[in-house]
Amino acid sequence: MRQTVAAFCAWLELTPFSRQLQTREWVVPAVQTVHLLAIAAVMGAMLLFNLRLLGLRGTDVALSRVSRRFLPVIWTSVVVLLLTGAVMIAAEPARSLLNPAFQLKMLMLLGALVLTAVTGRPLRHSPDYWSASRWRGQLARFCGTASLGLWVAILCAGRWIAYMGVH
Amino acid sequence: MTAWLEWLYATGWANAIRENDVAFPWIECVHVLAITLVVGSISVVDLRLLGVAWRDRPIRRVLGDVLPITWAAFGLAVASGFLLFASNAPAYARNPYLQAKLALLLLAGLNMASFHWWVRQRPDALEASPRPPLRARLAGAVSLLCWLGVVAAARWIGFTMLAH
Repeated sequence: MRQTVAAFCAWLELTPFSRQLQTREWVVPAVQTVHLLAIAAVMGAMLLFNLRLLGLRGTDVALSRVSRRFLPVIWTSVVVLLLTGAVMIAAEPARSLLNPAFQLKMLMLLGALVLTAVTGRPLRHSPDYWSASRWRGQLARFCGTASLGLWVAILCAGRWIAYMGVH
Repeated sequence: MTAWLEWLYATGWANAIRENDVAFPWIECVHVLAITLVVGSISVVDLRLLGVAWRDRPIRRVLGDVLPITWAAFGLAVASGFLLFASNAPAYARNPYLQAKLALLLLAGLNMASFHWWVRQRPDALEASPRPPLRARLAGAVSLLCWLGVVAAARWIGFTMLAH
């Protein structure tokens, strides 16, 4: 598996697109700036949604309204993050694809996105879904806490990619 | 100023951050987390002031929901940023992107202070119409641009410091 990924990195590095990125020094920091702004959007949106889910903030607004306001922000930003992330991978494939911090980050991202979908989806058709029973309330609080923790861990893993490089 | 920077550089804890393999990256994680929370939360306020988003919620409610988060995250960003700065104070102080970032932070602060002063003079101005008054939209636009600039400058600090 590792060898396959390494071979893929070696191939990607030599593609014309990757070589273009490597020769333009400003591209990577510029793309990383957009990446960071999208992270800011995700962090703000997920925090306000999860704090509402936990009943800690904005409780005078219905959860379904908060989710309609902020979940589209998360999904849109994630698309931007995947695109800018793909450019960063193309510029330096081995730096991320072979990096344990990157691999952990992608795994946790998957978990955070599943939690976002699981908590947000039922609200579309039944706005009171998460307050309908005590058990559901507890599950919602568990998901909200796990999601907060995962997004913070994803951000830290992202920063650690720079320090766990395979060079 | 130079003496203070040299003193900061030589303190025991600045030295510890410099020498330790994991201290700098972990403080950086806290700093990035704090900055993204500041920008992510303040942009909700800015977009509301611009009349772009969250329009069915009164501005004062949005301010009350969001600003405590922004301030807490800002405190964390300043504290962690100071630790990162201390680890290599003289070089950071010379970095043009750090200087630009601090100037933008100052501008964002002045913009916020003057907006709050304006609101205090006219307590009803914010809720008068569905579309916020020009003064509020201006404050939102300036704030948004300042914070975009702060993030861009912050990213470039990392790149230019690496080269030293």
